[in-house]
Amino acid sequence: MKPNQESPADLELYYRQMVQIRAFENRCNAVYRAGKAGGYLHVYIGMEATAVGWINSLKIGWDYVITAYRDHAHPMLMGSDPVKLMAEIMGRKDGYSHGKGGSMHLYDIEKGFFGGWGIVGGHTPLGAGLAFGSKYKGEDRVTLNFLGDGAANAGVFFETLNMAALWELPCIFIIENNEFAMGTRLEYHAADTELAKRGYPFGMKHERLDGMDVLQVRQDAKRIVDWVRKNQKPYLVEVMNYRFAGHGAADNDRQLYRTKEEEDKAQHRDPIERMEHYLLKNNVMSEEKMEAIREEYETWADEVMEKADASPHPDPSEVYDHVYTDMEPEKGH
Amino acid sequence: MPTVNLTYREALRACIIEEMEADQNVFLMGEDIGRYQGTFRVTQGLFDKFGPKRIIDTPIVEPGFTGIAIGAAMTGLRPVIEMMTMSFSILALDQIINHAAKIHYMTGGQAKVPLVVRGPGGAANQLSAQHSHSMEGWYAHTPGLKVVAPATAEDAYGMLRTAIHDDNPVIFTENPGLYGVKGDIELNSGFSVPFGKARVARQGTDVSLIAYSRMVSVCEKAAEELEAQGIKCEVIDVRSLLPLDTETIFGSVAKTHRAVVVYEDWKSGSFGAEIAARIGEQCFDELDAPVARVGGLNVPMPYSRVLELECIPNEANVIEAVQRLS
Ligand SMILES: Cc1ncc(C[n+]2csc(CCOP(=O)(O)OP(=O)(O)O)c2C)c(N)n1
Ligand SMILES: [Mg+2]
Repeated sequence: MKPNQESPADLELYYRQMVQIRAFENRCNAVYRAGKAGGYLHVYIGMEATAVGWINSLKIGWDYVITAYRDHAHPMLMGSDPVKLMAEIMGRKDGYSHGKGGSMHLYDIEKGFFGGWGIVGGHTPLGAGLAFGSKYKGEDRVTLNFLGDGAANAGVFFETLNMAALWELPCIFIIENNEFAMGTRLEYHAADTELAKRGYPFGMKHERLDGMDVLQVRQDAKRIVDWVRKNQKPYLVEVMNYRFAGHGAADNDRQLYRTKEEEDKAQHRDPIERMEHYLLKNNVMSEEKMEAIREEYETWADEVMEKADASPHPDPSEVYDHVYTDMEPEKGH
Repeated sequence: MPTVNLTYREALRACIIEEMEADQNVFLMGEDIGRYQGTFRVTQGLFDKFGPKRIIDTPIVEPGFTGIAIGAAMTGLRPVIEMMTMSFSILALDQIINHAAKIHYMTGGQAKVPLVVRGPGGAANQLSAQHSHSMEGWYAHTPGLKVVAPATAEDAYGMLRTAIHDDNPVIFTENPGLYGVKGDIELNSGFSVPFGKARVARQGTDVSLIAYSRMVSVCEKAAEELEAQGIKCEVIDVRSLLPLDTETIFGSVAKTHRAVVVYEDWKSGSFGAEIAARIGEQCFDELDAPVARVGGLNVPMPYSRVLELECIPNEANVIEAVQRLS
């Protein structure tokens, strides 16, 4: 891993955040298997370093973040209440959307987290719109616009890149290249697999970056976020990571699109193990302390799950709330 | 000919295989339909059988691949494209409505678009607001398209054949809740079900329940319970929305003098509302009560199972509507 100037406290923070996300995501899978969450649920296991590195480079409470349906980690890093996130994932009244959204549709607008979207590519212009809004008002906010390698083929994404460059929107497009779009491998869906080049035709600054070494990610992210804040122009990055889990909690057929050997090989890139190795080697943290931290978050995740589970299901009468701001729709069957 | 008991999903697959074997111009396109065997496994095994030339995995670009299929159809190919869910066909509305549906007319009959757009439509289990749309009403509103929604495995098999043979763009919607229902299928028989012919799913004399897709079985169950209360319901499976078999529908209403139209789509402005309007216009003298409708609640589909179940019409809603008429 890269030698760096991070303080021991920051190093511990990144480690803790990655461990915390993984514990939370493992709990989400368990909740799904127990039938306490339904529909589609997608975990971030294996990809933790990307969100940790990038979101720690933001001014939390000021900057904006938007992503697709693989959206549990981002709000947690922005200070959202994990119990309210888990309650939403379980479809409960105390969730951020009172059970209306679910795993794919988490939002904490107050913290600057704008979701949480289920249509592949569909949120990418919305993210550019957030940047449009802040620039219009003369604010120096930065928007992180996360999307997948599969989403990077969407027509609306190309339209968005053109306008973001044309209108110099302070938006960072982060293509998380985890090598798969559901069951389709990168080379079967993209004619040119170097997705960073998507920025080239629009004259947008673009780079392909690592997404597994949290310290490297953090360094790149800080540099680029600072540049975008200062210059108020868009930037595109392709971040190389890997999804260890199936596409979603319902995907039990990973063997249809990748081999066991390939998965085993990918495990060597595990961002958490890599960080542990670094912390040990540089005498930042002992094996015992890391063990204690991992246990701490196991217990924490259990507590989060229990607290969320204590929240009631929404009342059927709530079904008409929030269709409009100022009226109710036609009611009844 | 061997008769086999197949699920709706297997029946679709069997028809696809037979049609692909019969006609080299038939090919499939869609997301994760090949190597991944299809999200709902309708296309399982087809990639191995027919290879990548005819079973084409696309990027996640519904407008793009739909447009390419339309163009290919204009050259005489017969594409059958899969929408992973019909909700994603919203992205391709421009290609389907503004292009495919207009081509034969705008070219004054010079060009044809023998295209099938198929996939699961409607709510499943907590897929939330962006993945639960019933799209058939949007399409059945559009002149130039044909729209079908089979409720049984037999009809899935027979109507897909008709769709593939049709020279017009056909929207073929499959409720995800139906993939497991079984039926007896006579393979390699060329069995087909013509469009524009409704099916009388249950005979009755007191009330006509008019539905399509998964709501047919909801009506059948409601009819059973109502029978116990002495109310004999006739269940009409519309199955083809455009063209619509008004003859069978009006005939049933002339017999029962009462009609309830049942559909999962949002209640307001749906195709079910169109059916109700036609009955009101054409059967006024036959009716002993106003035409009733049972539809989905007019809200984006909520994630919570409690709220979701509130939105989707069920047997109790149908029974209540019938009782209100009697
Ligand atoms: C328009 C649209 N088409 C299809 C889907 C179904 N779908 C959901 S996720 C997904 C794969 C997306 O892959 P990628 O963008 O690489 O993101 P990742 O899941 O790897 O994070 C697909 C095909 C969808 N949600 N929206
Ligand atoms: Mg991906």
